[in-house]
Amino acid sequence: MNRPGTPAPHKPPLGERLLDALAAWGAATRALMANWGLAARLFVRLLMTLVPSMRRSVLVRDQLHFLGNYSLAIISVSGLFVGFVLGLQGYNTLQRYGSSSALGLLVTLSLVRELGPVVSALLFVGRAGTSLTAEIGLMKAGEQLSAMDMMAVDPVQRILAPRFWAGVVALPILAAVFSAVGIMGGWVVGVVMIGVDPGSFWGQMQAGVDVWKDVLNGVIKSVVFGFTVTFIALYQGYMASPTPEGVSRATTRTVVTASLAVLGLDFILTAWMFSL
Amino acid sequence: MQRSKNDVWVGLFVLIGLVAVLFLALQAANLLSVSWQKTYTVWANFDNIGGLKKKAAVKSAGVVVGRVDKITFDDKVFQARVDLALDEHFVFPKDSSLKILTSGLLGEQYLGIEAGADAQNLMPGDKVQSTQSAVVLENLISQFLYSKAADPTQSPSKP
Repeated sequence: MNRPGTPAPHKPPLGERLLDALAAWGAATRALMANWGLAARLFVRLLMTLVPSMRRSVLVRDQLHFLGNYSLAIISVSGLFVGFVLGLQGYNTLQRYGSSSALGLLVTLSLVRELGPVVSALLFVGRAGTSLTAEIGLMKAGEQLSAMDMMAVDPVQRILAPRFWAGVVALPILAAVFSAVGIMGGWVVGVVMIGVDPGSFWGQMQAGVDVWKDVLNGVIKSVVFGFTVTFIALYQGYMASPTPEGVSRATTRTVVTASLAVLGLDFILTAWMFSL
Repeated sequence: MQRSKNDVWVGLFVLIGLVAVLFLALQAANLLSVSWQKTYTVWANFDNIGGLKKKAAVKSAGVVVGRVDKITFDDKVFQARVDLALDEHFVFPKDSSLKILTSGLLGEQYLGIEAGADAQNLMPGDKVQSTQSAVVLENLISQFLYSKAADPTQSPSKP
């Protein structure tokens, strides 16, 4: 990394080069901090739009229709198959210890506590998060956001906020549907196909699943994921460089960052909720 | 037209979500069965509660009649004090006895309550006198080993 003043053929002295490396490091850190700051400011601005968004609920509703209803199919089909697989695998392992009657409990706890919120958040990233990023990135590339700014329409309130709140509302609902459909899938495989006693399937489940400790904590998880995933998708779209390449990069970053954030947050939330 | 159609679909979406949450709460977690019923509290002292936990079932003849409400240690008598919340529908004689049992070989522990013969019933706040502690596997094994060692006919001495 040569400084513009130095002649190319002569290598600058070691001290200069070390200073340059240090400066590059410092600049990278500063850029990172600036990004975090921008993200935090955008997040706070989005949170402040709760009341104005409710006043213009038509916009939120249309986004909810797009993010929620259209994700319902992939979420329920995935939930059904995850339930099938949990039923089969759980039965295989449990019957070794002669406790296949606990199959309902196993399926329900794994779905409600972990798989429901996490897998539906990951699917939501792929199904809805990418489209949010691409849409907003293209709006930015087409200078639609700047045009709105020129007309004194705040693009954060008009474009980002309805999508944000729609995503926050949609993901917990989708996660609940995922868990419920998954339990039915486990029931189909366990009770209907394999022949576990339905009384013990439901009975053990009802005795072992706690509404507050298991179901409510799962819902809290999915709400947190809803905020995280939707915000990351919107932020990446809003900050995308306004070129075709920039939009494609931003979409990729949405999937990578949001998936990692979901999995990392899941570990933290699980440690916090279920450690005792 | 377009708008009202969207309204219908979004309403349906939220409705499906509500049904799913209700299904999880009522069918999977059985929210309404025990926790909303009126209960009365009795208590008992145990030498050893083993692995008994809060919220464990109290069963009589295998039927759940209440839950363990609180477990504390009483340092006056050096015993565990267990508070039980029994369902209001069920009354038990004053000399009923409590036993800590295990469901299955490796299952969780619960309290069994066996009805006595007294004419008077347990009132809220009463103490159940007759209790039987949890079976601790280590104690059983050591008892077995000691009885083996004490038994002269079984000792591996030379004839």
